[in-house]
Parts: sequence; structure tokens; C-alpha cells
Amino acid sequence: MKKLLILLSLAAMPVAGFAAGGEHAKLDAVKIDLSDKTSLQRGARIFVNYCLSCHSAAYMRYNRMGKDLGISEELVKDNLLFAADKVGDLMKAVMPAEEAKAAFSTVPPDLSVIARARKPAWLYTYMRSFYRDDKAPSGWNNTVFPHVAMPHVLYEWQGHQRAIFKQDGAFERFELVRPGSMSTEDYDKAMRDLINFLVYLGEPAKLERYQLGVWVLLFLAVFFVFAYLLKKEYWKDVH
Amino acid sequence: MLTNLLAWIDERFPLTKVWNEHLAEYYTPKNFNFWYFFGSLAMLVLVIQILSGLFLAMHYKPDTGLAFASVEYIMRDVEWGWLIRYMHSTGSSAFFIVVYLHMFRGLLYGSYRGPRELIWLIGMVIFVALMATAFLGYLLPWGNMSYWGAQVIISLFDAIPFVGPSLAEWLRGDFVVSDATLNRFFALHFFIPVIILPALVFVHIVALHKVGSSNPDGIEIKKKKGPDGKPLDGIPFHPYFTVKDIAGVAVFLMFFSAVLFFAPELGGWFLEPDNFVPANILQTPTEIVPLWYFTPFYSILRAVTTDMMRFGLLPFMAVVGGLAIYSVRDMMMRAVVAGATAAILLGLFMMEAKIWGVIMMGLSIVLFFLLPWLDRSPVKSIRYRGWMYKTALTLFSVSFVILGYLGTKSPEAISLFLMKNVYWVQIFTIVYFAFFLFMPWYTTLDKTKPVPERVTP
Ligand code: HEC
Repeated sequence: MKKLLILLSLAAMPVAGFAAGGEHAKLDAVKIDLSDKTSLQRGARIFVNYCLSCHSAAYMRYNRMGKDLGISEELVKDNLLFAADKVGDLMKAVMPAEEAKAAFSTVPPDLSVIARARKPAWLYTYMRSFYRDDKAPSGWNNTVFPHVAMPHVLYEWQGHQRAIFKQDGAFERFELVRPGSMSTEDYDKAMRDLINFLVYLGEPAKLERYQLGVWVLLFLAVFFVFAYLLKKEYWKDVH
Repeated sequence: MLTNLLAWIDERFPLTKVWNEHLAEYYTPKNFNFWYFFGSLAMLVLVIQILSGLFLAMHYKPDTGLAFASVEYIMRDVEWGWLIRYMHSTGSSAFFIVVYLHMFRGLLYGSYRGPRELIWLIGMVIFVALMATAFLGYLLPWGNMSYWGAQVIISLFDAIPFVGPSLAEWLRGDFVVSDATLNRFFALHFFIPVIILPALVFVHIVALHKVGSSNPDGIEIKKKKGPDGKPLDGIPFHPYFTVKDIAGVAVFLMFFSAVLFFAPELGGWFLEPDNFVPANILQTPTEIVPLWYFTPFYSILRAVTTDMMRFGLLPFMAVVGGLAIYSVRDMMMRAVVAGATAAILLGLFMMEAKIWGVIMMGLSIVLFFLLPWLDRSPVKSIRYRGWMYKTALTLFSVSFVILGYLGTKSPEAISLFLMKNVYWVQIFTIVYFAFFLFMPWYTTLDKTKPVPERVTP
């Protein structure tokens, strides 16, 4: 009885308001397909051309990327090797960390495993949510990462967006004020390729893992059948 | 030729004797069910962890500047490194799943009851060593959750009066979690599972084979022997249970591989997203939570607030203490129990919530050790117990799961319904402790069914 009273007294404790601060922006889903080699190659090109200037992917080697994505060493050397000398090098940022720190007052984080720390949908939305903000030091702000120190590096493609907020300050939608060189669909497609690549970059062995997994499970299934029959055979005289 | 060799060895080492005593002539109840797979599976996982850990240690660097990168090096540049790493990370969660189910079996069928108290106690020491190992290992990838998790848990020791702060400093080897901490955690994460755990498992099994295995009926098969002196309901462990366990291993490995190959993060339950960010002293994760296997205890730690002590623990302990004083017949003992109750109640008035949080968390594990003496039922197995124990065990299991779930959530959020997580956690903390602390009474009062002479299928 006493136990019940305790439970009741606990249950009667003031229940605070339900208004949870849902400041999490709505995220757009993105289709990830690691077997789509052309998408990965396009993503790799964007990444090397536009992101490696500030960010590193310092756990990854150029030649490993080339091998996995079906790009020959020559092509890697000619087209992707701006920030390094040898194809076996790690993908380091072009801009030295101190310089970046001076420019952005923070060092751009390494992006090797960013797709494992952040969800693909987050990254996809982030790359499409930069908007003009004159109050920000770089002139750019972002709805999923407010006050981000990163400028919109792909504005020439996407163009300039303006964010429209509701009366209560919540984000409503974007308005394209100055079009870029790409249509919205093309820009979204490019970003899908980029995020697809970032997911690959987060775990290069992922596809191999799936493929091996199928064989392992098949083997175990067969193994189980034999193990089970063996058990039945031994146990048939146990009652 | 081979028989000669065996004879030669047997003269110098009791090989045949050991084989017979522990396998070929170890008589095991033939009515073992599903729940009896998890002992051998726990041993299998221990072997998986030691072997995969050995190969990880060949490439891992216990240095704050290199640790995170060395793990990614294993994932990318080491031949089959990703496989070894996922074996180990999946293995750690699998270990706890298997061990929790193994312990639950004990609760179902009263495996901890006499004459198996020592087996249970050794098992609990194994469990504590396992928790220590997992905690130590979690720091090694040097992710942000590794860092902050260790920071929070070690700072719990600060709550201990007088010696706390210097103890915490001694554990860290520094004023904060640092390179010195990482190095010693690596050394201990090797030592405990490779030296201590196998030794404990050995003793666990020696003790088990001394008294013999229990079974789902909770009766002693040694009491009914045939004319040949062998238990009528027993069958030799080998080959019967070796072949049975092999089939169990196959099923287990299917689950294990499904996770390992297709979802090694298991949606953040086995590998947390925050741990893919390198440790950062300046950037606290939004919610510092341990991995799922610690969250029931972590919840209990966080449940203890000043209000919880006043309105929850104080009346609860008063009831338990009152019942204990009333039930003890011996006057001397009664005085001792009354003194202890008074001390606890006074402590709940005087000491801070933070200290009581640590005490309650410790107690939530210590109470498991006491089960053989808390349980007063004339029967062992749930099959012959009454509604009280069945209800208590159900409530306890529910509370364990809910505490575990809410331990991964913010106390201020509402993850279930009606009220904030912290209130649910407080209610289920009381339920958790009620299972243990009221056990002497409800197991005595419970109406039990007659136990059969021989095992039932
Ligand atoms: C001009 C330098 C610069 C370039 C080029 C750049 N970034 Fe950034 N990025 C930054 C900085 C600086 C930050 C840190 C933002 C902060 O912490 O406020 C950042 C942050 C990020 C983050 C957030 C990381 C987190 O904290 O979770 C992502 C994701 C990101 N960048 C992706 C990219 C991608 C993809 C590209 C290529 C299209 C790119 N960046 C190009 C400077 C740059």
C-alpha cells in the first residue's frame, strides 16, 4: 500500500509544460546509393575542387578513392591532385589551419567522417540552406547551422537565397533573389552527388561490407542447417 | 600410437580426467531450454573480443593526438581492419546482451540459490569486470563522447566525501581526462579482459561443475541417480550439449553478422554519431550519455534529486526499514537493523543528492550480489512460484528496460507520455529497488506450487 502511495506522490509531482524547444530545422531526405559510381565520381570532383581548399579529409588517400570509384591513377593525378603531390597522399586541406583560423576564427573541421557524425539528410539540407545575411561576417548564414562560419562556397551555382521568417521568428521558406548558373533541380542533383560521396568517404569499405555480409549470412544459414541436423541426430534417443 | 601418446600425457597431466570430468562425464540436465544457451555464448563472445582486440591493438595508438586517426587508419588502410573493428564494437554490445540474458535466466529459474551462491557471486564479479572493461575501452577511440563520458563518470568519484577528489585525480593521472588517462585506460583495457576475465570465468565454471548445473525446474538432478550412479535426468555435456550449443552458436552468429555487416552503428545504439567527432575539450555533446548497456544504472544516478530523496527514497527506505525491524526476531539484530535504518534516513536528510545518486547507482549493482540471501522462496524456478514473484520480476524487467531507454534521453524531455523523463525514471528507480528490498517478504508470502521429483520437458 505504502509503495502505491509513493508512486502516487511521485506521479503527482508538477508536470512541466509540453512546449519543447523544437529548434531543429526540417531536414530533406536524400537518396544514397553507393553503387552509383558516376554520382560518386561527380561528388568527388565537387569535393576536391570546392571543399578541400578549406577542409581536409585527412584519413583518406587519393589513390584509395580512385580505386574505389573506378578512376585510374592517371586521371586522379591529372584531375584531382591539386592539394597533394603523390596519389598515395592523404587528402589534406590546401589552406593551412592557422590561416583558416585567422580567416574564419575557427578551423574548418575534417570531413572524413562527417557523414557518420551528421546524418546525410542534415548535410544535404545544410548545403542547400545558405542564405544572404548582412549581419554575418562572411555575408552568409544557414538555417540548419545558424551563425555558421563557413561562407556559401557554391553560390555561383545556386545563386543568392533570401530566408523568409514567420512572425514568431521561425523559418518559413527561401526565395531565390539572384539565380546562379544552375537550376534548382540541377543544384539539388549536384548536392545529392556530393553527399553521396561524403557517405562513401565516411566509410569506404561500406559497399564491400554489404557484399561480404550476404555471403557470411548464407554460409551461416547452411552451417545452421547441418548443425541442427547433427543435434537432432545425437538427441534422438534422449527423452 | 595415439593411445600411447595419450597414456604418456595422462601420466604427466590429467588430460583424460579433465576431459571426462568437465565434458564427457559432466552430467547436465536434459531439460535445458533456450535460456541456457547464453553461458556458452558469453564465452564465445569473450574469445571474439580478445582476438579482435589483439589485432586492433597492433594498429591502435594510445595517444590523444593519434588515437582517433589510428582508428580511421584501421578502418581504411589496414587489411580487413574494418571487419576487425566492427567485430570488436559489435562484440561489446553483444557481450552485454548475452550476459544480461544469462543473468535473467538466473532470475527466472533461481540459479543463484543454494548451493550455487558462489557461482552467482563470481558471475557478478565477472559482470563488474565486464563493465569496467567496457568503460575503459570506450575511451580509446578518443571520440567526443568517449572523452565526455569518461569525464562525467570519473567526476562521480569527486562526490565521495574527503577522498573523492584525490581518488578521481589518481584514476585520471591528471586533473582532467588527458593523455595519461588514455594510456592507462589502454593498459587496463588489455589487462582486465585478457588476464582477469578468463581467470574469473575459469573459477565460475569450476564452481559450477562442483555443484552441477541447475535447470528450468530448479530441482537437483543429483538427487535421483540410476543404479550406475549417474543422474537419471542428466546427459553428458559432450556430445549432447556441444552439438546443441554449436547450433546455438550458428543462430547467434547470424544475428551478430546481420548487425556487423549491415548496421554496425545500429542507429546510434552500438556506435554513437557523436563519437565520430574527435574529442574536443571545448565542445560538449548536447547530451552526454553512455552506451545502452550502462544506461539503466546511469538513469538511477540521474534519478536522485533532492525531491526524489524527500518524497521518494525517504518514505521508501522508511517502509523497508520498518518492515525489517518488525520482521527480525532477535533483539540484538533488531537494534542493529534499527540503527542502520536510522543512519540511512539521517543520511537522506543530511547528504547531497549527488552523493546519493552515486550511492544508489552502486547499490543497484550491489543488490544483485545479495540475491541468494534476499530470496526466501521454498522453490527456485519461476514455474513453481506464485503470482507475487512473477509480478515482481515482470515489473523489474520493465523498469530495467525503461530505465535503460530513458537513460539515453534528456531528463527534461518527454519521451514516453504524460510527464518528463525524470519523473518516469524516479518511479521506475523505486520499482527497481522494490524488487530487491521487498524480496524477503514477498517470496515468503508467495503461494508456491509443488515441485516435481523429476525434470519436466
Ligand atoms: C572557405 C572555406 C571553406 C570551404 C571552401 C568549405 N567550407 Fe565547410 N566549413 C568552413 C568552416 C570555417 C566551417 C566551420 C563552421 C563553424 O564551425 O561555424 C565549415 C563547416 C562545414 C560543415 C559543418 C561541420 C560540422 O560542424 O558539423 C560542413 C558539413 C561543411 N563545412 C561542408 C563543406 C563542404 C561539403 C564543402 C565543399 C562544397 C565545404 N564545406 C567548403 C569553411 C569552408
